[in-house]
Amino acid sequence: MAGQDHVRHRQDDEPADEPVTPPPAAANAQTRDAEVDALLEEIDDVLEQNAEQFVRGFVQKGGQ
Amino acid sequence: MTVRRVMGIETEYGVLQPGRPLANPMLLSSHVVAVHGAAREAGRVRARWDYDDEDPLHDARGFHLDRAAAHPSMLTDSPSVAVPSGNGPQEMPRSAVEEYEDPGAANVILTNGARLYVDHAHPEYSSPEVTTPLDAVRWDRAGELVMLESVRRLAANAALPDVNLYKNNVDGKGATYGTHENYLVDRAVPFGDLAARLTPFLVTRQVFTGAGRVGLGQRAEHPGFQLSQRADYIEAEVGLETTLRRPIVNTRDEPHADPARWRRLHVIIGDATMLEVATYLRLGTTSLVLWLVEQAQEGGAARGIARSIDRLALRDPVQAVHRVSHDLSLTERLELADGRRLTALEVQAEYLAAVRSALDAVGGPPDEQTRDVLDRWESLLHRLGEDPASCAREVEWLAKLRLLDGMRRRDQLAWDHPRLAAVDLQWSDVRPERGLYHRLVAAGAVELLVTPEQVEDAVIHPPQDTRAYFRGEAVARYGGQISAASWDSVVFDVPGAQTLQRVPMRDPLRGTRAHVGELLDRSPDARTLLAALGG
Repeated sequence: MAGQDHVRHRQDDEPADEPVTPPPAAANAQTRDAEVDALLEEIDDVLEQNAEQFVRGFVQKGGQ
Repeated sequence: MTVRRVMGIETEYGVLQPGRPLANPMLLSSHVVAVHGAAREAGRVRARWDYDDEDPLHDARGFHLDRAAAHPSMLTDSPSVAVPSGNGPQEMPRSAVEEYEDPGAANVILTNGARLYVDHAHPEYSSPEVTTPLDAVRWDRAGELVMLESVRRLAANAALPDVNLYKNNVDGKGATYGTHENYLVDRAVPFGDLAARLTPFLVTRQVFTGAGRVGLGQRAEHPGFQLSQRADYIEAEVGLETTLRRPIVNTRDEPHADPARWRRLHVIIGDATMLEVATYLRLGTTSLVLWLVEQAQEGGAARGIARSIDRLALRDPVQAVHRVSHDLSLTERLELADGRRLTALEVQAEYLAAVRSALDAVGGPPDEQTRDVLDRWESLLHRLGEDPASCAREVEWLAKLRLLDGMRRRDQLAWDHPRLAAVDLQWSDVRPERGLYHRLVAAGAVELLVTPEQVEDAVIHPPQDTRAYFRGEAVARYGGQISAASWDSVVFDVPGAQTLQRVPMRDPLRGTRAHVGELLDRSPDARTLLAALGG
């Protein structure tokens, strides 16, 4: 389907003659942490200020 | 070979009046429905639900539950009159007294063919019937916008309470509410075979369909995170109940279609999902497994292939639902009835292989969406095994876990910290400025399958390739002359006519645009339409 993001291919899809420098798992993890930290900053702005009260007050009746 | 079949999703939304945890949820839910009705030219959508063909106590195993023995929550129909038969409009006596409008039974039939109403203590959006998983996503997303519109209207009206709505399934205190999938399945498949062949699939599909949940146990009595919202509430393998002793395979046999040809498989084990890919694959892969089961019933090569599925029978399916949901590593082995021990991913891979083999054997090139579902299913199973974090754009529990783990690392939080539970709840707030899922969309952190324009169009317009087209278009064009409607009927009340006229729609694949579009275009009013249908 057009307009969709494609699955990110892994490093081992690269041509074999390139210098093989797979980023160490730690570097991947760091990149991912940085991405998540950016997301978290955005979420800090909208997350309920009083989380405890919000969670305690979220009471539902059972349904189906 | 195709992923196409008639299907739909019903979603009960969590309902909350900010700052008032003890507010009456039935009342809040009826406000949610009522403001929507008012929003759409009141008279056009005041139609009642036509319960004539509903039979929620009929059990797919072939017996009928005595009404006196039923839990009151199971009586989803109302005392009904004799069901008429025939194909053209049917005459019905007009009620001598004005119909009583029970405010708790608030009900709106939308122009997109969906039903918006109060179910138990929650507002529920039941999507129109669609034929593809991508359309299921479209009209499911449309439901989120329908709910959002009610939230906005209540917020703008000082005389009515503010209400926030959440597309989730648990409150973390013991209550759960459902997101049910419905699939039309060939009646020729014996129910026992259907349940047996589907169970290991439903138990293990949560590895890519789970919405994620903070808390373990029905009351979140243990801190932690799990794959699924619903898993801890599944307590039986097969059963008719939906509000207690919830089963993996629900046996409600109320096809809303010709019961000689079809059954409606009612799947209650699933989570509500915000991620479009999660919804798409939940419906798409389940439809493919149902296709395999139907093919096996017909015989031929598929019958042999389905035997590999039969060997996946689990020793304790209910316990396995809980174990799969609680295993974030996706490596725990489940005991099979034949003594083998497979991971949930391995069980899923067996299903994928069986569907692919049946495709090769039975022949016929798969359509584009079928191929896409198969490729994504395979890709996810592979990546979930190798690098689960790489699936966070597609798999909801991983998208949620990514945020939660980030917050735990950054702020040094233990799993019982209320901020983490708050993230879980606020994840599914339908308001884009408050819902955390929507913040991820804004940041480009999740994959989308449908455009905002396609979703907005689906709020107003029905799918064109099922009877939802006739239902939605009839409400849009002749709403003031419709007294009731249901999944398989529209009841017209034409001024001056001696009786009500009921148009039955027993075939979900008739009443499509191709079938009745021209007729509707030629009929300026309901009287003309009914004359043409009767002729």
